[in-house]
Amino acid sequence: MKAYIKHISEFYPEKSYTNDDFYKEFPEVEAQKEILSRVGVSNRYVVDEKTTSSDIAVQAAEKMFEEHDVNPKDIEFVIFCSGEFDYITPTSSAIIQNSLGLSNNVGAIDLVSSCTGFVQSLSIAKGMIEGCGLKNVLLLCVSTITKEFHKKDFNSKYLFGDAATATLVGSREEFGIGNFVFGTDGSRSDYIIIRDGGGRNPIDENSFTEEINEYGNVTCKANFYMNGAGVFLFGMKTVPKLIENILEKNKAAFDEIDYFVFHQANHLLLEILRKKIKIPANKFIIHLENTGNTVAATIPIALNSILKNGVAKSGDTILFAAFGTGLTWGGTVVRL
Amino acid sequence: MGLDEFVGKIKEEFSEDYNVGDLDPDTHIKDMEWWSSMHMLVVIALVDAEYDVMLSPEEVREATSIKSLFEIIKTKK
Repeated sequence: MKAYIKHISEFYPEKSYTNDDFYKEFPEVEAQKEILSRVGVSNRYVVDEKTTSSDIAVQAAEKMFEEHDVNPKDIEFVIFCSGEFDYITPTSSAIIQNSLGLSNNVGAIDLVSSCTGFVQSLSIAKGMIEGCGLKNVLLLCVSTITKEFHKKDFNSKYLFGDAATATLVGSREEFGIGNFVFGTDGSRSDYIIIRDGGGRNPIDENSFTEEINEYGNVTCKANFYMNGAGVFLFGMKTVPKLIENILEKNKAAFDEIDYFVFHQANHLLLEILRKKIKIPANKFIIHLENTGNTVAATIPIALNSILKNGVAKSGDTILFAAFGTGLTWGGTVVRL
Repeated sequence: MGLDEFVGKIKEEFSEDYNVGDLDPDTHIKDMEWWSSMHMLVVIALVDAEYDVMLSPEEVREATSIKSLFEIIKTKK
């Protein structure tokens, strides 16, 4: 049997954070309004302090059960993919198994991954179906990244949002998910990082010392840090070659791809990549205006946007390309 | 590819958003009051698209003027 993407559902936290909210919080950045509009985000959703990544993952899964009439008893394995977890141990996926009332015969693992997370976890789901004889794997990709931001970090607050997606990877006779390409460059692991609070650097009195960059943005070692320019250039350099490699590994021609769904990093970078790779605009999905960059959830959200509106249909071929924290990258080709 | 053309492209890129009439080859764009990290990324993308040269953030930061940035592009071309 072959693995394929059967259903996707999305869940967003109740609280939205619009650009008006942003400029009220950071009036000093209002002079940059026009240039910031090129990021392509006008709204994001953010979790409150008490809500965890497993909470919204459960909401996304329950929404999928309801929207697509999926029986929870059919789920055989749960993969929870995020950069944020309820505890150091146990796994969030174990908590989710209980919250969803899934059978004790369900397997459950956490995958610590961010922007490349959907592609990486999809490869694991495929392996479980095509190599381990499972029929239904529930893949939960979740961002609660906004909880990790310094309160004065306007760059991150503008770009990112929270969301959870539930993807049901099922089995069928026909081809569904192709070969994967992966890449990792740990020499640039400090490009996107929370430096203190893990095993390497425990939280101490210096962890909360404010660090202000040359443009006035603020973070500290206990909060999220991103070398935005470095990540941007990494995307510009890495993704065109990644697309070549994905097509080659899947023996697919460029013109055979109906839609290209990339990690929705930001509109400016996506449009640069589209032009560099010469992808026609009508085949290239940009979908982050109302959600922001939702890290591991961006690809399923973007794919679902063209599934829900009927643009993408059964039999279409989609190329996924993801890149980000690690630094990591990866991609594959799927058939709906 | 000439310096005037490069200055023209930078003006064109930002003309909708800012008063760029004063930009000339000797302008240190990093000192423009509206300059931000996003502008730097837009310039890097512009140079990549127009000249097939990938500038590093450090090269943009260290350029003392549009003219000196253009010299870096010519060197890397």
